[in-house]
Amino acid sequence: MGFLDIKNATKSYGAVKVLYETDISVEEGEFLVLVGPSGCGKSTLLNMIAGLEDVTSGDIAIKGRSMIGVKPAERNIAMVFQSYALYPNMTVRGNISFGMEMHGIAKPERERKIDEVAELLQIQPLLDRKPGQLSGGQRQRVAMGRALTRDPDVFLFDEPLSNLDAKLRVDMRTEIKKLHQKLGTTIVYVTHDQIEALTLSTRIAVMYGGYVQQLGTPKEVYDNPANMFVAGFMGSPSMNLFPARVTNHDGTIAAEVRLSDGTQARLPFVSGTMAAHEGREIVLGIRPEAITDRDGADRNSSAIHIVEAPVELTEPAGSDTFVATNMGGKDITARFRADVQVKAGDRFPFAINMEKAVAFDPKTEARIA
Amino acid sequence: MATAPTSEVITPATGTPAPPGRSALRTHLPRVVLYIILALFCIYYLLPLYVMVVNSLKPLSEITSGGMMSLPSDWTIEPWGSAWSTAQVGVEATGLRPYFLNSLMMVVPAVAITTILGALNGYVLTKWSFRGSTLIFGLLLFGCFIPFQMVLIPMARMLGLMGLAGSVSGLIFVHLVYGIGFSTLYFRNYYAAFPTELVRAAQIDGAGFFTIFRRILLPSSGPIAVVCIIWLFTNIWNDFLFGASFSDFDSQPMTVALNNLVQSSTGVKEYNVHFAGAIMAALPTLLVYIVAGRYFVRGLMAGSVKG
Repeated sequence: MGFLDIKNATKSYGAVKVLYETDISVEEGEFLVLVGPSGCGKSTLLNMIAGLEDVTSGDIAIKGRSMIGVKPAERNIAMVFQSYALYPNMTVRGNISFGMEMHGIAKPERERKIDEVAELLQIQPLLDRKPGQLSGGQRQRVAMGRALTRDPDVFLFDEPLSNLDAKLRVDMRTEIKKLHQKLGTTIVYVTHDQIEALTLSTRIAVMYGGYVQQLGTPKEVYDNPANMFVAGFMGSPSMNLFPARVTNHDGTIAAEVRLSDGTQARLPFVSGTMAAHEGREIVLGIRPEAITDRDGADRNSSAIHIVEAPVELTEPAGSDTFVATNMGGKDITARFRADVQVKAGDRFPFAINMEKAVAFDPKTEARIA
Repeated sequence: MATAPTSEVITPATGTPAPPGRSALRTHLPRVVLYIILALFCIYYLLPLYVMVVNSLKPLSEITSGGMMSLPSDWTIEPWGSAWSTAQVGVEATGLRPYFLNSLMMVVPAVAITTILGALNGYVLTKWSFRGSTLIFGLLLFGCFIPFQMVLIPMARMLGLMGLAGSVSGLIFVHLVYGIGFSTLYFRNYYAAFPTELVRAAQIDGAGFFTIFRRILLPSSGPIAVVCIIWLFTNIWNDFLFGASFSDFDSQPMTVALNNLVQSSTGVKEYNVHFAGAIMAALPTLLVYIVAGRYFVRGLMAGSVKG
């Protein structure tokens, strides 16, 4: 039993089911990120934990106590909203103290707590301003301050960074991570940004279509995606997914891939389990950083295979150069070192790290190996 | 100003400077014409007010002798005093004072209660919507469009049954029933644009139904409350039909009393007193507009433009 237990929870609006049976157990101090495209049910699940939406069936428990029928205010949770939801008619001080006031905390204690939180988030100079006079980042801080005063069991974040500009988003991301390390509170965090999910979380639940597609540590989700959706969603640029055929040449099980010039490339599998799929069509998944120029390949890998393929496009991105080619009829992105001399139209040797390759069933989209 | 062509300095940076006098006229002429037309309209609309004010400040003899448009030669406020406290209204010579008070006692509670109920309705319909809430809102809206005349007889019967017939409270009730559809409409549309996340945040903070209403929504409702108050105040204060139908002699509102004052058929028609009375009847709505008018426009625009 965990600190926060979601047991078989579902949510329906009339006949429309938006969240299917979901089981997640969160340990104390964990940072769980719910990530997925819009409409995947992640915000619904968060609102169910908060008590803002009813649970249609199943149970949600915090510290072993079922939260069914418990009001949001009595769950000992705190929530930071996407729009920050600061009360526009109150000062920053009023915003932070409102929750404590509602819980009947005496004024001197409230003042003490406000000062403490203001110092932690460095918002002391802003305390007597109205939310309308604050910048996006400052509002974000105040919203977190309001949540912090509660000493909650669980912190809920609903896409808190999506209204900030790109640079501020990265800064605030770091601050949230620092805050988590300092306070050690259990956090459930909703985002559609897979980078946020990977950088912040101790565990990720990737959601799509009302189902949790995969639940695991950032490394597990990134390196061993459970299905093609997770593989394509996590990581930027996203994983290359292209059709291939499993062949057996003198006992070497390999994926045979057609290149754009009509030639076939053979990529031997590392794992032995692929022998069972001999002759089958599969979808091969290889991340851009596992397709490199020869010198950029991972020296620790024992399964680097060189494939000569025509370069279709190069995209210098400063730190790397992304090179596009074509395999199995799909566009493939490879990540080259920035100073590799390569131009569109060349035939160029691509170094493919087969240790990092994964295979999916094209019909069920589930992982094979 | 005589401009010598030789003194014109033409530099490539500034180009050819246009002759100053003619271009100024060309740019300003349309504006001048516009202001003249607007001023004419202004005079046209203000003329009736001028006639009323001027004639309420002169003795009756000056009006009957045909000097309706001229300024008083003999200034007097006596017609005002007469209209306020001594003029013959219906059968009694009380002036308009008791009826003015009747109107105030009717309009203040009616506006206050209707506005507060409308705000509550709007809050429930947008932030706590329930199965059938759209239908209820639809019915309330429908209530806005029922003609006054249609409900006269049923309402008279209702007021009789409730023991409110012929009283100021009865009038308050009638206006409340009619006004609540409009006030609900105003507040519902205003609160629909009010972020629901704020309500949710307050819920998590531990605030209950009425605390959220009082502490979070109401402080942000200024503009729409002003719109609602002006609308209700003007309508209720100016209402004649309900006032004439549902009041007794001692509960008649200002509009009915003004009618009685003007229609009194005994003796001479004291036009100057009538003018004074009419201005008195119009003053409160005028005042409300002047005090709250700028919020009115702002409130009407809210929701259409964000921020």
